[in-house]
Amino acid sequence: MNQPYDIVIGLEVHVQLLTASKLFCACSTRFGQPPNTQTCPVCIGMPGVLPVMNAKAVQLAVKAAVALNCQIARFTKWDRKNYYYPDLPKGYQISQYDLPLSHDGWLEISDPKGRVAPRRIGIIRAHLEEDAGKSMHDEAAGRADSRIDLNRAGTPLLEIVSQPDLRSPLETRLYLNELKLLLGYLGVSDCNMQEGSLRVDANINLHVHTAQGKVPTPIVEVKNMNSFRAVERAMEYEAQRQYEHWQQTGQRLGDVSKQTRGWDESAGITRPQRSKEESSDYRYFPEPDLVPLTFSPEQVEQVRNSLGELPAALRARLEATYGLPPYDSDVLVNQGRALADYYIALAETCGDGKLASNWVQQDVLRTLNEQQATIDKFPVPARELGEVIRRVRLGEFDTARGRTILAEMLASGQPAAAVIQGLGITPVDDSALDELCRELLAANPKIVAEVKEGKLKGAGALIGQAKKKNPNVNPNRVRDRCLELIQGM
Amino acid sequence: MIGLTATELLARLQSGQCTSVELTEAFLQQIDRYDGHVRAFLRVDRQAALQQARAIDRKRQAGQPLGKLAGLPVAVKDVLATQDDLTTCASRMLANFRAPYDAAVVAQLKAADAVLLGRTNMDEFAMGGSTENSAFHPTRNPWDLQRIPGGSSGGSAACVAASMVPLAVGSDTGGSIRQPAGLCGITGLKPTYGRVSRFGLVAFASSLDQVGPLAQTAEDAALLLEVLAGHDPRDATSLNRPVPPYHALVRQPLQGLRLGLVREHFAEGLDAQVEAAVREAIRVYESLGATVKWVSLPHSKYAVATYYIIAPCEASSNLARYDGAHYGYRTDQAAMLAELSAEQKELKKAGSPALDDLDSPLVRLYRRTRAAGFGPEVKRRIMLGTYALSAGYYDAYYLKALKVRRLIREDFDRAFEQVDLIAGPVAPAPAFKLGEKIDDPLSMYLFDLYTVSTNLAGIGGISIPCGFSSGGLPIGLQLQAPPLEEERLLRGACMFQQATDWHTRRPGLLAAVP
Amino acid sequence: MAISRAEVEKVSLLARLLLSPEELDRITVQMGQVLDYMQLLGEVDTSRVEPMAHAVPVCDVLREDAVRPSLTPQQAMANAPSSDGECYLVPAVLGF
Repeated sequence: MNQPYDIVIGLEVHVQLLTASKLFCACSTRFGQPPNTQTCPVCIGMPGVLPVMNAKAVQLAVKAAVALNCQIARFTKWDRKNYYYPDLPKGYQISQYDLPLSHDGWLEISDPKGRVAPRRIGIIRAHLEEDAGKSMHDEAAGRADSRIDLNRAGTPLLEIVSQPDLRSPLETRLYLNELKLLLGYLGVSDCNMQEGSLRVDANINLHVHTAQGKVPTPIVEVKNMNSFRAVERAMEYEAQRQYEHWQQTGQRLGDVSKQTRGWDESAGITRPQRSKEESSDYRYFPEPDLVPLTFSPEQVEQVRNSLGELPAALRARLEATYGLPPYDSDVLVNQGRALADYYIALAETCGDGKLASNWVQQDVLRTLNEQQATIDKFPVPARELGEVIRRVRLGEFDTARGRTILAEMLASGQPAAAVIQGLGITPVDDSALDELCRELLAANPKIVAEVKEGKLKGAGALIGQAKKKNPNVNPNRVRDRCLELIQGM
Repeated sequence: MIGLTATELLARLQSGQCTSVELTEAFLQQIDRYDGHVRAFLRVDRQAALQQARAIDRKRQAGQPLGKLAGLPVAVKDVLATQDDLTTCASRMLANFRAPYDAAVVAQLKAADAVLLGRTNMDEFAMGGSTENSAFHPTRNPWDLQRIPGGSSGGSAACVAASMVPLAVGSDTGGSIRQPAGLCGITGLKPTYGRVSRFGLVAFASSLDQVGPLAQTAEDAALLLEVLAGHDPRDATSLNRPVPPYHALVRQPLQGLRLGLVREHFAEGLDAQVEAAVREAIRVYESLGATVKWVSLPHSKYAVATYYIIAPCEASSNLARYDGAHYGYRTDQAAMLAELSAEQKELKKAGSPALDDLDSPLVRLYRRTRAAGFGPEVKRRIMLGTYALSAGYYDAYYLKALKVRRLIREDFDRAFEQVDLIAGPVAPAPAFKLGEKIDDPLSMYLFDLYTVSTNLAGIGGISIPCGFSSGGLPIGLQLQAPPLEEERLLRGACMFQQATDWHTRRPGLLAAVP
Repeated sequence: MAISRAEVEKVSLLARLLLSPEELDRITVQMGQVLDYMQLLGEVDTSRVEPMAHAVPVCDVLREDAVRPSLTPQQAMANAPSSDGECYLVPAVLGF
């Protein structure tokens, strides 16, 4: 991977805040409702009506900004961004221009697979703004007109602008993963890209290595990326495209104005998007209908203290407390706070952190994947499952039986004890095991002889017979005891 | 009953000397007689008014609790939304617009049991000082039908002056209540910014707009302001401060009043007769025990330039919503597409590079809609504001104006350390003739020089009649007060009216109307 | 003259107005006069002055995050110049 250039990427991420009502009016923000059923005079932009700020949106925005290590402005104001588009009914978007709510923060990215070293990615600013509605154009239907749905108009967004600190498509994806995880932990946003509650625009250019030093190429803004994987692919494509373009034209940063390109997922390429020069003259000015916001250091401190444990700290705690390797802590924490909490309860109950982690990864997560569910919908309480794992750990039964028990618990919804009883599982004590093993050895002199000659394979047949006689025995213990007895013969 | 003040009429209603229906009918008759000449109203809803009047009379008979304006007819400027009714802003753009909400002040009028008599004419979107910029028809000054009534609340001022209604509501962004009140010989008050909710007031310049009362007397204005004022959680800029009982307090004269005269007000551009009337009014105050002191508002000469940057900038954004997409007027789409394809053909034939810049159908729809939906003054201000906010000009115009605005406010703060009220002319001259300034926007703007700084500073001001020109045209006196001192303004105005009778004069011209 | 006809034409697009040649001529002159007058502000020293965007110094006016009923689509689009009952209709937004 000896590419003759550095990739420079900065992201503008818009996330929808988890408020019940819109940023400036009392309409619901619920997704997926019939068109134009969640609008009112304010979000339709009717004459004479006025916006009033949603306190929760401000609170969530500050929370996110503090967690992103940003400076919170003591004084922040609203501005109008003026442009004409039919999904923007007022003819301006209420946003923040020169005095954003927060600025100068960072987010640490790390790669559990170790492909990139842990690094802080700078955050230029995070500010609040309102979303636009949706315009739909169905070319196939041959309809001349576009249809406008204003349900989304006025939904609160937090725009998070990173420094151009990302150096590869992989880092870009790691940044997005970590950002999404953090905002999920904070309850700020569900970051659901399918529902549009997280949107990414990327600014990318190259610093090409030449004999004269590094030469920056023109910056391109890439839009229309609908998944983190798409962002990664688009960045890979765009870096290659820009390098080829540079080889052909030698165009440097500043030679041409910034271009906007759209990612075409099915074709796997970016295409130029048309934009008129005048449309970028947004004529920002202070929003006269809204008053400024102020934050005291005490308020900010209060928010900081209310953040709770963030993903990075939780990973470190899981590694320190339960002896987990970074890969495990990353997998567990990346599933969200609720799953991490489930894991912790499991580990505490069963008494073995790594064993609990294996069970979560191999059994719990698989089940959740199959059922397309999240941990809060998982029917087996952590204490119940933890008890099963504890007994596996103590050798009362093997992992396979443990899985059978879990499967039955999932199917029947019954607690562990009832399931174990129902399956007729009772612990086999040492004397019963001893007796069983002696019977087996007496009945199988051939195998005993083979084992004595060092052919340990034969012991497997003993286990099969033992299970037939008593399904509750732990195969490992049968094997160990039998070998022990043979050795003593 | 015609000729009595709102306060007197209210007393008669309360004592049972007349009913609201009788009162409403009497004023409707006045409208029938005179409004064909004055044209103060855009719409009079006779049936609805009488129905309201009947309902209030019934409530009174039944001994039910009544609002503060119970049974009094009130006219409302057509810039305030009224639920399920038209709200046109005297614009073609909103000629058919029906709001699904009441403006805060309309709701308050209804709750106060006022009889909403009709909607008054105005300059389109409240932009103008003559009411000639109405898309429907101009309004005439009841004192001289060849002259303008002032504006933009010209309809509200003229209907009170012509005794077609006892009380009217207007809006004031740069003098739009005080200037027409002055030119029509009535009383008009622009409250402190935030004193009255702007919810449902169709915005012209949001940081300057305020709703206020127009009436025959300060006492009547106090009555109406008491109903209009108050905090509204739907307007983030509305002030959460108690509303004093203005009407109960208004007749108390201000003891030891320190009246400020602004040196810069008595400079070039002031009509000699206006100056004489204002100076005479000051002498009246002195005779009432006031001490007069000269103060300076050194930045007042920049007020017009500052105002005509800030107001159009805000307006250009506030009026962006009128684009024919979601409500209001839309140009004929088929004609628009035909026009566009004809242009396209022509450019193609000529091989012109302008083809690349040709509007998309959507952009052309916007442009044609707005070109036909707005009148010339509105377009002028949208152009000015768009230009002043555009890249490369923002600092020189808009930002500069915001800074001078602060200096203007600080001038007032300093002046009010020395005086309680500032007194001066409301307009530089009496009402001019229709059409006289219509093609000279700058001279029209300069006519606002005494009123705009009140709005820029966000303080309150009142205009009261203080004399007549030799041609029999009313002359107004403006009083200005520190923020939230409406009570002081009203009492200061009322003490003058208790000593003079200018406010009782009614246009004689109307008597000549058959 | 503070502004050219070409500039005025550019502004008219930014403002989504369509001005006839006569209107363009007239408004160029009128805007020029007004903008010339604005030059008056140049003589004020504002180097140490904070801009004043609001008339009253009020901050932190917030409302609770509570949902209230929205309009029905019929109410919302009662004033719409063109709609299909579900959505507002406008000329194609493509190629904007």
